Amino acid sequence: METLLAILIGVLFFSGTYLILSKQLIRVFLGLSLITHGANLLLLMSGGLKGGSPPLISENSSQFTDPLPQALILTAIVINFAITAFLLVLSYQAYKKYQTDDLDQMRRNGNE
Amino acid sequence: MCLSWLHIVILLPIAFTITIPFLYKYFNKYVHTGWFVLIVPILAFCGLLSYIPHIANGNTYMYELNWIPSLNINFTAYLDGLGLLFSLLITGIGALVVLYSIYYMKKDREALNNFYIYLLLFMGAMLGLVFSDNIFVLYTFWELTSISSFLLIAYWFERVSSRNSALKALLITVFGGLAMLAGVIMLAMMSGTYSIREMIGQVDIIQGEALFIPSMILILLGAFTKSAQFPFSIWLPDAMEAPTPVSAYLHSATMVKAGIFLVAKLTPIYGGDGVWFWLVTMIGLITLLYGSLRAVRQTDLKALLAYSTISQLGLIMSLLGIGSVALNQNVGESAALFQIAMFAAVFHLFNHSTFKGSLFMVVGIIDLETGTRDIRRLGGLISLMPISFTIAMISSLSMAGLPPFNGFLSKEMFFKGTLDIAQLDLFGLGTFGMIIPVIAWIASVFTFVYSLILIFKTFTGKLDRERLPREDVREAPFGMLIPPIILSTLVVVVFFFPNVLADYILKPILWAIFPSTTLDLDFQITAWHGFVPELYMTIGVVLLGVILYLTIKRWNTVLKVYPEKLTLNNLYDASMSGFESFSARFTNLYMTGSLRHYVIYILLFFILVLGGRILFSDQPLFSSANNADVTIYDIGIVIATIMVTLTVLLTNNRITAIIALGGVGYFVVMFFVIFRAPDLALTQMVVETVTTALFLLCFYHLPKLGKQIEKVSFKLTNFLIALGVGVMFTVLALMINGHRLFPSISSFFEDAYELAGAKNIVNAILVDFRGFDTMLEIAVLTIAGLGVFTLIRLQIKGK
Repeated sequence: METLLAILIGVLFFSGTYLILSKQLIRVFLGLSLITHGANLLLLMSGGLKGGSPPLISENSSQFTDPLPQALILTAIVINFAITAFLLVLSYQAYKKYQTDDLDQMRRNGNE
Repeated sequence: MCLSWLHIVILLPIAFTITIPFLYKYFNKYVHTGWFVLIVPILAFCGLLSYIPHIANGNTYMYELNWIPSLNINFTAYLDGLGLLFSLLITGIGALVVLYSIYYMKKDREALNNFYIYLLLFMGAMLGLVFSDNIFVLYTFWELTSISSFLLIAYWFERVSSRNSALKALLITVFGGLAMLAGVIMLAMMSGTYSIREMIGQVDIIQGEALFIPSMILILLGAFTKSAQFPFSIWLPDAMEAPTPVSAYLHSATMVKAGIFLVAKLTPIYGGDGVWFWLVTMIGLITLLYGSLRAVRQTDLKALLAYSTISQLGLIMSLLGIGSVALNQNVGESAALFQIAMFAAVFHLFNHSTFKGSLFMVVGIIDLETGTRDIRRLGGLISLMPISFTIAMISSLSMAGLPPFNGFLSKEMFFKGTLDIAQLDLFGLGTFGMIIPVIAWIASVFTFVYSLILIFKTFTGKLDRERLPREDVREAPFGMLIPPIILSTLVVVVFFFPNVLADYILKPILWAIFPSTTLDLDFQITAWHGFVPELYMTIGVVLLGVILYLTIKRWNTVLKVYPEKLTLNNLYDASMSGFESFSARFTNLYMTGSLRHYVIYILLFFILVLGGRILFSDQPLFSSANNADVTIYDIGIVIATIMVTLTVLLTNNRITAIIALGGVGYFVVMFFVIFRAPDLALTQMVVETVTTALFLLCFYHLPKLGKQIEKVSFKLTNFLIALGVGVMFTVLALMINGHRLFPSISSFFEDAYELAGAKNIVNAILVDFRGFDTMLEIAVLTIAGLGVFTLIRLQIKGK
């Protein structure tokens, strides 16, 4: 399972990076989201997979999966949500101001 | 362990700077701020005077003060003969300069608060430098003197030339300072201690080390740049942009002698070595000759004095080189001769401070009273300024090396030293030895010539009032004359009673420089010792000097033959502009302003570093021993996720892209479910839904995705980098899986119910164990929310 997941993480990072390197602002955001998913899965994997029952204390379980990566990922999901929301509004404003969503063009328009 | 008197002497000037702004603001209207400042050097000077008898008896004082004990850096104040002479010069001449500046710097026109703060800062730094035993503390003070010198040169910062000169001085001295730091670190590595005294105790070990010569050369770079030795001398003439009290104080009497101080201080470690001898002596002699030749050509009095200072510093430096021979084991009987040469070095150092200090002050007076320092416009001032003339006469003739002035004594000892060294058959001196007295003699002839120029072109001849900018030329106020009078009195007094000075102040220095040698200190300084070669040399200097002075117009043009383009100043200017344009071009090459480029740098660096590390690692990278089992269901989700991800990547339709992105998110939710993370699954589900909605909302306003129409090379670059990153993360993930180096710390959290009363461990971590992290996370959310809010408000307002 880990090997499979590692390949998936690789694909997520590959696609994300490729999109980030493109010139279009929207693609950059799409790429960022993909990379976030990859990073979350990487974190989860670093704690070991399927190592026990969910980290909920009850009488009939004694072996839990590692709760620490889960706590970290939970934080990451929420922060990522905040960033995505902010970036979306920002890009909308930038688009309105510079009339383009091409990063290079935006810079040129900004310098004028 | 506590503050000693010496520490207070160092810190007093620096502490006093705090009061200057208040004194200046409230009292300067009535009393010149300088009168308050004057207290500091006088107090310190008197305190230091009381040490003279103890030091003369061979005592030394050491006071330790822990500064950064964890780094073994102690603020150790150490007082020996060498430190005492320098500190007396710093405080003594400091007091005179402050007194002089009270008349020179007009209280209603100058920013006196700046001036005195810089000056006191320098005084404290310089005192710290000469008292420090810890070599890193010494280095710190060393750089502090460079900085205060920079501030003082740029005191009239509204002038472009002042700023450029200050920058030049700073660049050159700090370049040397950094080289010196490297040398100092090497020295500390070799000896295993930061204390100079302890280093001296380990000379035998240090001299055998491979770093001995490199550290020596680096430290000498520091000393040579600071003491304006050739070819680093170019900053000193430019430093004359500073107010004249500063020139008299920093750039002739004290700071430029810091290099001399360092060489003397480290002579016990490096002295006796051939490289040290040749470097110090020859650089000193070349500087002596270069300075005197350049000085003859100057028409600005201060520039003349600047080159003369360079030249005299070279003289002292070369004497230090000659004197260091005394530490060589093969020198035998004649060691005593070279000890006297070392003595001559410090003797001349003292003499130079007296006559050069007073000369600078007189030039300042001339500048102030007549409005010009140009020799071509000056002349005949003798009738108007008789006292200044007398002072200049005494000091100049001392500089020229004539009796009955102190310069004569040390100049004779200098000639004696060069003759002694020429007869030594060591370090290959047998062949080249005669060069040394010859260079010394030629340079002395020109020294004599420019000393005559200084007096006679200024004070004798025809007085042409129309060429002077100011009309009411008269003698300076008496208070302004006191400092140069005191100094020039010393010039004469020292000639008649040199041995008092020698016994009490100068000879103890030899104990500091030659700590482990038996010294013969019974020698006396005498003005007359029969018809010896050095006397003939002096007579020759005078004869040829007078002839050259009288015929100056005939040969002066010869010196101008040297092409202007090949001067060191041009080299400096060219390299400055060269470096500037090069760095501008180089920076523009990679600082393109394009986000994409910066991301590429980061990613490439990441790939190279991580990939390189993995390539060169000899440990097994992967291990599947702990892998979880795979079900058909798992494989299905992975393949589906990959396909959806590629859809995001490849689609040109924005709605498809957003839906596919949401799809990736929901598949990740499924992974969370499989991997027993119910909280994550729930959160992700909610967030993903909201995000998708947000994307859809915004994308409605944004342009369509469209087809990417970039060049193939652009796409290929992106593809390769992205592929590298993807592969790197796959490898990384597999490596993490194969290397569980530490046991998980999560077992601690499994007691969540006992510790936090929560049955959901993940929640307990977030709200209890790491509650502060969550609080900050909420802060981030708030800030992002505020940002979104503000941006939307902006939009409304814009409409």
